Amino acid sequence: MSKIVSLFCGIIFGIGLVISEMINPEKVLGFLNLFDNWDPSLAFVMIGALIVFSPMYHLLKNKEKPIFTESFTHLNNKEINKNLIIGSSLFGAGWGLVGLCPGPAVASLALFNLSSTVFVIAMFVGFYLIKLLDLSTQAR
Amino acid sequence: MNIVNFTPLSALIGGMTIGFSIFLFFILNGRMTGVSGIASSFLISKKNRIDNLLFLIGLVLGPIFYSFFTKQKIEILITNSLFLLIIAGLLVGLGTRISGGCTSGHGISGMGRFSLRSIIATIIFMIVGILTVFIKNLI
Repeated sequence: MSKIVSLFCGIIFGIGLVISEMINPEKVLGFLNLFDNWDPSLAFVMIGALIVFSPMYHLLKNKEKPIFTESFTHLNNKEINKNLIIGSSLFGAGWGLVGLCPGPAVASLALFNLSSTVFVIAMFVGFYLIKLLDLSTQAR
Repeated sequence: MNIVNFTPLSALIGGMTIGFSIFLFFILNGRMTGVSGIASSFLISKKNRIDNLLFLIGLVLGPIFYSFFTKQKIEILITNSLFLLIIAGLLVGLGTRISGGCTSGHGISGMGRFSLRSIIATIIFMIVGILTVFIKNLI
């Protein structure tokens, strides 16, 4: 059952990226273009996602176990260190250069677009380099 | 600053759809959604590999289903400079794994849990993204 949930959550997430137009790099770059012609839309994507997820999370976080798996994967990393700052900065630079972050990049493969494909391959090379160099930070 | 192309309603509804997906993944499978985490784990770790692959396949199917059912073509505008795409892809791949999250992982899952690390990460990648676009406009 958890497998079907994974597929289903991916589909819903992908549809959300289309409705919000976050799948479109031009829209993302419009949001990051704060000092010129600014398109504030993407702030509303984040607000929309947070007002649905955050209250539900806080309401249910003390449940004993999730519905289809044995336990919650808890993320207890609270460390604020130089990796957090350097990593977020590198990510922000890449995001601002092209307007793609990982979710929209993968989702836009659906459009059979050469540019998205090149970006996704380079991103996966980045993931692999991190493993080679052993620099990974465990989630959030 | 001029406000242009502002689409608050579709942004809000799309965002709520994404939030709902993240909520379901949490309460049903017990996991926090972060696409960079899911994609890189699929590549480098055996743990939950099938689940991670299925999520990524779903992410690609989402836009296809949307087009099919609404009969709307999805239009995107993206650079075709291979140089920019490769540099940006590498930066996103490296950066998200060094900091442990991306727009979804830190920006929604992490901020939704009120994680201070994620709030700091989100502020940093937003500021650097804005500065990058600012500098790009000057060149």
